[in-house]
Amino acid sequence: MVVQALAFYAFAAVLISAGIMVVVSKNPVHSVLFLILCFFNAAGLFVMMGAEFLAMILVIVYVGAVAVLFLFVVMMLDVNFTELREGFARYLPIGLVIGVVLLIELIVLVSGAIPIGKASGPVAKAIAKQPSGHNTEMIGRLLYTDYFYLFQAAGMVLLVAMIGAIVLTHRRRDGVRRQSIAKQTARKSSESIRVVDVKPGEGL
Amino acid sequence: MEALLKEYLPILIFIGVAVGLTLALTIASFIVAKQKPYSEKLSAYECGFEAFDDARGQFDVRFYLVAILFIIFDLEVAFLFPWAITLGDTQLFGFWSMVIFLGILTIGFIYEWKKGALEWE
Repeated sequence: MVVQALAFYAFAAVLISAGIMVVVSKNPVHSVLFLILCFFNAAGLFVMMGAEFLAMILVIVYVGAVAVLFLFVVMMLDVNFTELREGFARYLPIGLVIGVVLLIELIVLVSGAIPIGKASGPVAKAIAKQPSGHNTEMIGRLLYTDYFYLFQAAGMVLLVAMIGAIVLTHRRRDGVRRQSIAKQTARKSSESIRVVDVKPGEGL
Repeated sequence: MEALLKEYLPILIFIGVAVGLTLALTIASFIVAKQKPYSEKLSAYECGFEAFDDARGQFDVRFYLVAILFIIFDLEVAFLFPWAITLGDTQLFGFWSMVIFLGILTIGFIYEWKKGALEWE
């Protein structure tokens, strides 16, 4: 129990300080690295809540893929740091508005105006009907049957993301010789080689 | 819950050892070793030229495309894990539900294959 509490406070403390560093650090690459640290600690907190599957997905998908994508974007933007700072005053109002909205949301949640933890929605009822087991098993029992339509909608979202990424970034390049396997195998020897009967001493 | 967390105790110990060892080695090298830096010592010693410019140049957007396609199929595989362990409970409906899901993504896969998004040249 003590170990559990200590681990929780360690994870939470590192998570919050890394989150602050994401915002504060001047180099965007460092920000992304702190974000990865954040993800790891959040995964630790998920494990402590018993949500193993979410924790592992967080590590695999967010640390393994999304953070790498963020690094790509940060590198591709080729941002000029002095220019970046110039826009600070211009974007301050809208940033403040969003920040205040988030702060109000947090305060409402923490003050207990909206009950959390005492779930009563349709998901909670569906979970209550299930025999208890691992987090992954519970998700598996519900996701593919009770939440069939949402699951297929997730597939559709992924499809849209895939097509969108291709449409936005893919373009044919001219002057590139591609391999066409059908053309290669359709080639006959009669089209490409010629047998020449060379008489001795004459040459071609 | 307690039993589940007990299984993770070795990992927690590993994290503790890793953090402790890293900090100990880093701090020890500052405390024990002599630190006498001068300009020659700090220069890029026999490693070729001084850096010409920033390391963060622009590069081709195709890397981004490959990364985003990877994420999508990564997620697809992530959905397979809970499905695989509960197939006994969800029966045939669960099975076909996943087959439809995979079918939708296969449409996207055929699209990107035909479009040549996977070719590098």
